[in-house]
Amino acid sequence: MTSTVDTPADVPRATPPSGLVAVARAPGWVRYALLAVGLAAAAWLPNGLYPAVAVDILCWALFAVAVDLLLGFTGLMSFGHAAFWGTSAYVTGLVAIHAGLPFPLAVLAGALAAAVLAVPIGYLAVKRTGIYFAMVTLAFAQMVYYVANEWRSVTQGENGLQGVPRELFGWDLTDDYYFYYAILPIVLLGLAAAWRIVHSPFGRVLVGIRDNPARARALGYPVHRYKLTAFVLSGFIAGLGGGLFAVGHRFVSLDVLHWTTSGKAVIVVVLGGIGTLWGGVLGAGIVVRLEDWLSFSGFEAIGLVTGGIFVLVVVLFRRGIWGSAAALARRLVARRR
Amino acid sequence: MSGFAQNTFNGLVSGAFYALLALGLAVIFGMLRVVNFAHGAFYMLGAFGAYVLLTEAGVPFWAALVIMPVGLGLLGMALERAVIHRLTRLDPLYNFLLTFGLTLILQDLVKLRYGVQSSPYATPSLLSGTVNFGLFDFPTYRVFILGFALLLCVAVWWVLTRTRIGMVVRAATERPDLTRAFGIDVGRWVTPVFGFGIGLAGLAGVLAAPMRAVNPLMGADLIIVVFAVVVIGGLGSIFGSVAAGFGIGLVQAWGEAYLSNFPIVSQTIVFIVMAVVLLWRPAGLFGREEAPA
Repeated sequence: MTSTVDTPADVPRATPPSGLVAVARAPGWVRYALLAVGLAAAAWLPNGLYPAVAVDILCWALFAVAVDLLLGFTGLMSFGHAAFWGTSAYVTGLVAIHAGLPFPLAVLAGALAAAVLAVPIGYLAVKRTGIYFAMVTLAFAQMVYYVANEWRSVTQGENGLQGVPRELFGWDLTDDYYFYYAILPIVLLGLAAAWRIVHSPFGRVLVGIRDNPARARALGYPVHRYKLTAFVLSGFIAGLGGGLFAVGHRFVSLDVLHWTTSGKAVIVVVLGGIGTLWGGVLGAGIVVRLEDWLSFSGFEAIGLVTGGIFVLVVVLFRRGIWGSAAALARRLVARRR
Repeated sequence: MSGFAQNTFNGLVSGAFYALLALGLAVIFGMLRVVNFAHGAFYMLGAFGAYVLLTEAGVPFWAALVIMPVGLGLLGMALERAVIHRLTRLDPLYNFLLTFGLTLILQDLVKLRYGVQSSPYATPSLLSGTVNFGLFDFPTYRVFILGFALLLCVAVWWVLTRTRIGMVVRAATERPDLTRAFGIDVGRWVTPVFGFGIGLAGLAGVLAAPMRAVNPLMGADLIIVVFAVVVIGGLGSIFGSVAAGFGIGLVQAWGEAYLSNFPIVSQTIVFIVMAVVLLWRPAGLFGREEAPA
């Protein structure tokens, strides 16, 4: 309580006080029902929203799940995930423009580049924990931003990469409606991978590290190496999202590497519910939709709203949407018994 | 040689800003365990406040140098009472997120009212011109900033080490429970210390107004560099934060002067230093070793 922040005893408090023991799971039929609802919603989305917004939601859903993999399941708050999202966006854009590959291959190249970048950044960042981890990742992301800003011959600086093609076996994907369904399988694959990681023995060790790093170390787990692996996997998934985002917008600007992008990813996760995985998907839907609506209605100070969400969620609503819903459901079940 | 002196001097001046901001961050962190993301926003408010006071009320620089730190310090104290203290019992990450949100709000409020273009702020007439140091001429205003910042750092150091208040703050920083057990009301000092840290940021902002472009985004990029500075110095160490502040100012100035052929390196040198420090001494140059995790 009183010692420095970096003592192991302080770390597990990164998780919400929601009685989230290890990885809480609802009964089987509830999970299948939720899965069916989720898939149905994903299949319907571009019919109810502007398809371009639906595409953004998918990309941000991947981004949020990547951040939650670290924040919720490893106890590490990365405040610099824009580095991976943005690096992948640039690499995807460059590969798609210059190599003319089908876009899923370009996205894969981007995500791999993000994962490679995550190795040195993660190696250095996992030397610190808690709030220092957030500061270190934020600083390295800013470094990547400056590099992209200076390296104009490759990134085109402030002009951004223009005309990223949506090439896929000659199919016409210029309509966002069809593009949405073209990327949906990739996004679902990414989400499934995140789910698989969390529910694997590896994921259990991560949760063990989150809750008590000293004990995990005493049990013989190489804590740093586990954290680094989680960091790289998270960077890869964030990269998938960033690459799809680049193809989706057919344009990459420096914004993808900006610190506000990192912060937005974290707030999406906190709004959805830290350590809930799917909460991040929900949070992505809400934040992206809200920002689109605000910019459509000509409201300029989007930061006021995002900042306001930050403050409200952190002060009043730390469990997030998914966490609150799960807690409510649990309480209802307990009362019935 | 004169170029070297010039670069060194300019490095110390920009280091003075890092040092003032890092000092405020370190004092606040020590007392509250809060990493204040909004520190950059308060720096921006200090500069903007000085600008608005001058252009809309005709308040001169010297008055702003007192009004803004005090006003922002009071605002900071209100903020601490209103929201931040609710979260201090939780993981420090929550307050980091909270102050991040506040940064976005403060930035956009200023942006809504004044737009994003930079506003010029005239150097006060008393400090215009140059000072001659033997072989070199330095702008008077920069000499003033450097002297003023050094004086402030020494004053803070004196207060922390030589006065009763300073002893209480240091004791409460290192061992809050033990300090309480001695019958000292630690909670009473939390709000003033937060206000003081914010006041320092506001002061740095006023000092920056005549030298740097005054715009709503001036604090945000700076604060990330200051985070790197405190990681390098060790956030738990007040001396380390100040020393790292001046050191990074120097390294940056030298990098810009002698590595100008490698803009990617000279622009990111702070982060390269941070990476080296993390490899070599993860707790920071002056930080205490942390428990292995």
